[in-house]
Amino acid sequence: MTFFFQNLINALQWGSFYALIALGYSMVYGVLMLFNFAHGDIFMVGAYIGFGVATGLVALTSMGALALPNWLILVLTILISMFLTSFVGMIVERVGYRPLRDAPRASAAITGLMIGIILETGNLALLGAQRISFPALVQSTTYNLGGVFVTNKKIMIVLFSIALMYALHLFVRKTRWGMAMRAMAFDYVVVPLLGVPINNIARMTFAIGSALAAVAGIFFGVAYPVLDPYMGIIFGWKAFVAAILGGRGSILGACLAGFLLGFIEIFVAMIFPSTLRDFIAYSIILLILTFRPHGFFGEPYSARLSL
Amino acid sequence: MLVVENLRVSYGRIRALHGINFNVNEGEIVCIIGANGAGKSTTLRAISRMIPVEPGTRMTYKNKDLLKYPADRVVSRLGISHVPEGRRILDNLTVMENLKLSTYARKDGTGKIGQDLERVFSIFPRLEERRNQKGGTLSGGEQQMLAIGRAFMSGRNVMLLDEPSMGLAPLLMLHMFEALQEINKEGGTTILLVEQNARLALQFAQRGYVLEHGNLVLEGKSEELLDDPEVKKAYLGG
Repeated sequence: MTFFFQNLINALQWGSFYALIALGYSMVYGVLMLFNFAHGDIFMVGAYIGFGVATGLVALTSMGALALPNWLILVLTILISMFLTSFVGMIVERVGYRPLRDAPRASAAITGLMIGIILETGNLALLGAQRISFPALVQSTTYNLGGVFVTNKKIMIVLFSIALMYALHLFVRKTRWGMAMRAMAFDYVVVPLLGVPINNIARMTFAIGSALAAVAGIFFGVAYPVLDPYMGIIFGWKAFVAAILGGRGSILGACLAGFLLGFIEIFVAMIFPSTLRDFIAYSIILLILTFRPHGFFGEPYSARLSL
Repeated sequence: MLVVENLRVSYGRIRALHGINFNVNEGEIVCIIGANGAGKSTTLRAISRMIPVEPGTRMTYKNKDLLKYPADRVVSRLGISHVPEGRRILDNLTVMENLKLSTYARKDGTGKIGQDLERVFSIFPRLEERRNQKGGTLSGGEQQMLAIGRAFMSGRNVMLLDEPSMGLAPLLMLHMFEALQEINKEGGTTILLVEQNARLALQFAQRGYVLEHGNLVLEGKSEELLDDPEVKKAYLGG
């Protein structure tokens, strides 16, 4: 039983990464009916921006220019990186997708893949191929809860991720910006006729999705302190699977499916050799999608997406 | 006030409007009548900047060049609202959210917006009863009320109405046109509507244009058009 709970905690943390990234896919799809295939690489860029901000703040503190405790450095790193990465998302939207608003969907998909490659290789050119390690901002403390070992990092990552998801839910439900996003998800033709500037809403959607991906990137850096320019590829695809599994355009679905993916991967690895992990895990997902091709909360063949 | 000159629109290689000219004066109610596919909706969509127009087209509102405004600013800056064909109510939003979204770009404060909301509810009490219902659960008539309510909230200098009578029972149609007349009289809202129901439209409007295959073939005061033998034959059932 402790074994189960031990893995459950690990699965929750692992699922948090998927869920945070999947939200970006799902929101953008919900609002603009396109999958931003560069999103996994935006996660990578977010992690690197987080690395840069954290390293900078640590250096300034050690030089004595600033006197910041580590927890404050982490909080600042998260906030500043969310802010900066949101601009990456907005630039991608403006340069890559807005000119293709009325083009065939395949053009947008190819553009996304190209932007992804540009971000990866751009990073490679800028920082080189070596992996870099994320500064250790959180002093790891392990708690023993009846035989289950939990680190403070895991608790922080899981709770903060869930808090962010809830904040996003409130944003979409309660604010006029969220209302405009839901409106665009339903019928983007009529929205400008109500005086709503849809380009701003599109830009905002990319900004929010990218900011969430940045948080996932920083948390990944805190949990597994090694970053490399291609880390976004596999994470991106898996989070994309989570977005599909949750139902395109569904926020709740993306969160649940992200966590479910985490669970399946961790528990499969617990039972079977870890080389078989993805093979078995994604066979299970495929099976689920065979019976629910629209995912948990998606609707068939319809523009009526539920943000 | 609203002046359209040489309006040309093409869908691919098919030209839908062949350079039409018309104008609407302040406070007027003007209708464009014509058969299915004549280009009525296209005309309104062009004014709202939902679709591109061909070079040579001139459209101005109070001497401001409409072509310089994107669709959302035609509404929010110029106050030209559009009740689209089929109403396009946001089914997944409540009645209240539909109305509130229409004030997204308004900057005149919640007090004024609240007054306007009260006004919409006094014109259409049904909407107040159903304020927390999802748009998709409304009947066709209620959806039309909501569509007009949204236009009232978003921009009220000019209202463009695309087939407001479509799919409504005769009594409801009259009620709708009475409400529009009230909005026109009270707030000085200029109304340009396009209709297949020519008799109703001409009874309601002061002036009318007849659109055929992308050309305006006839114009005049409503009474004149109602008496015109050609119009009678083609649009009023003999």
